[in-house]
Amino acid sequence: MTTQTHEAAEGPLLSMHGIIKKFPGVLALGGVDLEVRAGEVHCLLGQNGAGKSTLIKVLSAAYQPDGGTIVWDGGTVSLTTPVAAMGLGISTIYQELDLVADLTVAENIFLGHEVSRGGFSRRSHANAQARALLERLGHGEISPTRPVGTLSPAAQQVVSMARALSHRTRLLILDEPSAVLDQEEVRNLFRVIRNLTAEGVAVIYISHRLEEIRQIGDRITVLKDGRTVATGLQVEDTPTQDLIQLMTGRSIEYVFPPRRPADDFGDPVLEVRGLSVSGVFSTVDLTVHAGEIVGLAGLVGAGRSEILEAIYGARRPSTGTVSVAGRRLRSGAVAASVRAGVGLCPEERKSQGLLLDHPVFHNITVSTLARFSRGGFLNGAAERAEAEQLTTALDVRPAGVNRPVRNLSGGNQQKVVLARWLMRECRVLLLDEPTRGVDVGARTEIYTLIRSLADKGVAIVVVSSEIEEVLGLADRVLTVREGVVVHEAPATELDESRVLDLVMEGSVA
Amino acid sequence: MNESSTGLSAPGAAAPAETPSTEPAVPVTAAEPNGTAGGRALAGMAVLRSSAGRNLGLVVALGLLCVVGVVTAGDRFADVDNILTILRLAATIGVVSIGMTFVITGGGIDLSVGAILALASVWSTTLATQAMANDVHWLVMVVAALAVGAGCGLVNGLLIAYGGVVPFIATLAMLASARGLAEILSDRRTQIINVPAFREAFNGEVLGIPVLVLIFVLVAVVGWIVLNRTTFGRRTLAVGGNPEAARLAGIRVQRHTVMLYVVVGLCCGIAALMLVARTTTGSSTHGTLYELDAIAAVVIGGTLLSGGRGTIVGTVFGVLIFTTLSNVFTLNNLSISVQSVVKGLIIVVAVLLQQRLASRSKT
Ligand SMILES: Nc1ncnc2c1ncn2[C@@H]1O[C@H](COP(=O)(O)OP(=O)(O)OP(=O)(O)O)[C@@H](O)[C@H]1O
Ligand SMILES: [Mg+2]
Repeated sequence: MTTQTHEAAEGPLLSMHGIIKKFPGVLALGGVDLEVRAGEVHCLLGQNGAGKSTLIKVLSAAYQPDGGTIVWDGGTVSLTTPVAAMGLGISTIYQELDLVADLTVAENIFLGHEVSRGGFSRRSHANAQARALLERLGHGEISPTRPVGTLSPAAQQVVSMARALSHRTRLLILDEPSAVLDQEEVRNLFRVIRNLTAEGVAVIYISHRLEEIRQIGDRITVLKDGRTVATGLQVEDTPTQDLIQLMTGRSIEYVFPPRRPADDFGDPVLEVRGLSVSGVFSTVDLTVHAGEIVGLAGLVGAGRSEILEAIYGARRPSTGTVSVAGRRLRSGAVAASVRAGVGLCPEERKSQGLLLDHPVFHNITVSTLARFSRGGFLNGAAERAEAEQLTTALDVRPAGVNRPVRNLSGGNQQKVVLARWLMRECRVLLLDEPTRGVDVGARTEIYTLIRSLADKGVAIVVVSSEIEEVLGLADRVLTVREGVVVHEAPATELDESRVLDLVMEGSVA
Repeated sequence: MNESSTGLSAPGAAAPAETPSTEPAVPVTAAEPNGTAGGRALAGMAVLRSSAGRNLGLVVALGLLCVVGVVTAGDRFADVDNILTILRLAATIGVVSIGMTFVITGGGIDLSVGAILALASVWSTTLATQAMANDVHWLVMVVAALAVGAGCGLVNGLLIAYGGVVPFIATLAMLASARGLAEILSDRRTQIINVPAFREAFNGEVLGIPVLVLIFVLVAVVGWIVLNRTTFGRRTLAVGGNPEAARLAGIRVQRHTVMLYVVVGLCCGIAALMLVARTTTGSSTHGTLYELDAIAAVVIGGTLLSGGRGTIVGTVFGVLIFTTLSNVFTLNNLSISVQSVVKGLIIVVAVLLQQRLASRSKT
């Protein structure tokens, strides 16, 4: 939308040409071209595993490319260290948060370029600067002295942003920044981005939410299987269907599977009564019937993830009970819940979900080991075979269940966490942001799988920051605001703007 | 090598409409999913190569040591009796190291193994126990040692898993108090055993192989099976790799942690019996610094000190390397001090190599 003003005078700020990056057994980038102009928001699209994150890691010098040239501001550069890349003004916010949990917000923001005089850190100075940065991002409420580990993923995202902005930035790279954000936060993020581009900063923006590309993007480059398949597309001239076609090589009707009629559910399976965790949420009542999908809508920080964790027993409730099929669960005991058939697909795949250095099939079967064991002995072949069925169904790429999960792309890691709980035929399935970072193609498959589980009689609760997802997938939607369920209605009676209103105002209908 | 794609994609249910790309020139690259079978074979080979590669290093190191032994000490080294001596010495510390492999793989550490061993050796050789052993059966001593080992391990485990004490501190405390208790019990005297049946049972040979060595082999084999082929082993890896993820996956992390320390305690009990049999004494000074030897053997074997990855085979090699080293040095009349220096060097080199390997596999 704003490109013309800058491009005429200057050449592109950045052009990457023929970039190649190999990993053992995988050609992650097979000759990628990318050209970014100052002051534009350049969107990078592609399926899970297409090579987006790898490309930007080459750009931020986290990886060394095996071939290709990078031209920055008219001159060829070789980016040998992350410090060199930062020196040019390239700041990156990675897909996987990379903050130090035990350090404070301010310490994280200035990590590597601490505010100091004569080797002594100037803490108050750093805190003040950190506060200014956070306010600029619209998040003055985050205290600079809080340990980062105690913040929600969304707040941690904001801290990463602040860290990127604490450098003199000419190119800001955002790898799926919106995956953990709700609508309001995304709007806020876009505001910050627009301010930056108005100052002439270039932005590379990666997201699987195509409607965001429409809102914020100027031009688009599409990657597929490690190659550029289209570049320099103007956002306004390119229909979404064309983008999907370019990314996936097929056309996808972005639809949710059909619901069953409202009176067709079975008996109540999950019954939550008066559940509270003091200071987080209070007196949640929730009943989910066999075959029903209940969605929790709300802002990030409203307490939705915490509700799921408390139901699951991962968080000890201060009051209230959880029953499954009429039997009360011991509170605060995960193992008891799992035995009763409850499963939780957690929000933070890296810290809460995955055994990163273990092969894919270990990660999938870890909650289902009993099924593969006889007298404590595991049947590895059966494990692999069943894991393989699921990875194929979810289109995990590259295939092969012996690969360490660490080497998979973010979206594919998410599919692995999901596969774990799909394998464990649960009676109650709690899904926290199940499609975080998953591309459009695989999303449709995941929705279909979730719906087919419900059709088999599983009671499902879904938390998602995408209102569209909650509305499309769930039968009934509960809106949570500041730890209180403020509204409940069948999904068919709601639309996006209504939910947004509820989420924001909390006006009880 | 970049074209490792061995087959076309396996779209299965997920991508029923995987039509050829509409883009004219998008060649199939390696980023395309491998054909399932091909992918498995490839990955399998990679796994094989890496673990064989690690163990190959250990085999080469042990081989070199043996060459040095033959060159410097000749027939005195390459003698059946000497080899059996090495194996007998290795057996005791070996059993402890197998236990240690489990704790470390599970994300913990146990500094109290030597002290537990000492206490078990003393307890199983008190006059009262010996009298009972002579009256009833020598298995009484075995039960005593195993019970002490498991009991101490249980205390460690409970403190760590439910008391929230970090393993380093909890087992450090156990180190001090178990050895102290052993001193009190034995009055700091060496307790000579007078149970002939016990000595015969443990110091015998089967087909020319000392029973002590057989016990080590048995413990190692069982350890390997448990770690690699059972749910207990898999859970150990998960708990060590990411405790929070393991908990949310439904593993009873606390209970499992307790079991890990009981396992290492039991191993100490077994090792105590072996040491008692070999030295024909029980003593509060038995097993001094075994914790360091065991940790060293585990680490140079390739088990990750931060947990999540463990190798029994590596540990066995680690133990053999250190024991052979001592033997070669002793045959050449070199002092214990020189031995220690070389041991330290070996540990550093092994860990540096390990890190090199680990970082290469991550990028
Ligand atoms: N460290 C690594 N070792 C081996 N292979 C890797 C490694 N990192 C990435 N890959 C592979 O490179 C390819 C590209 O991965 P990349 O993370 O760039 O994908 P992406 O486009 O960012 O996907 P997503 O949308 O899921 O985040 C994938 O096939 C991935 O498995
Ligand atoms: Mg990525």
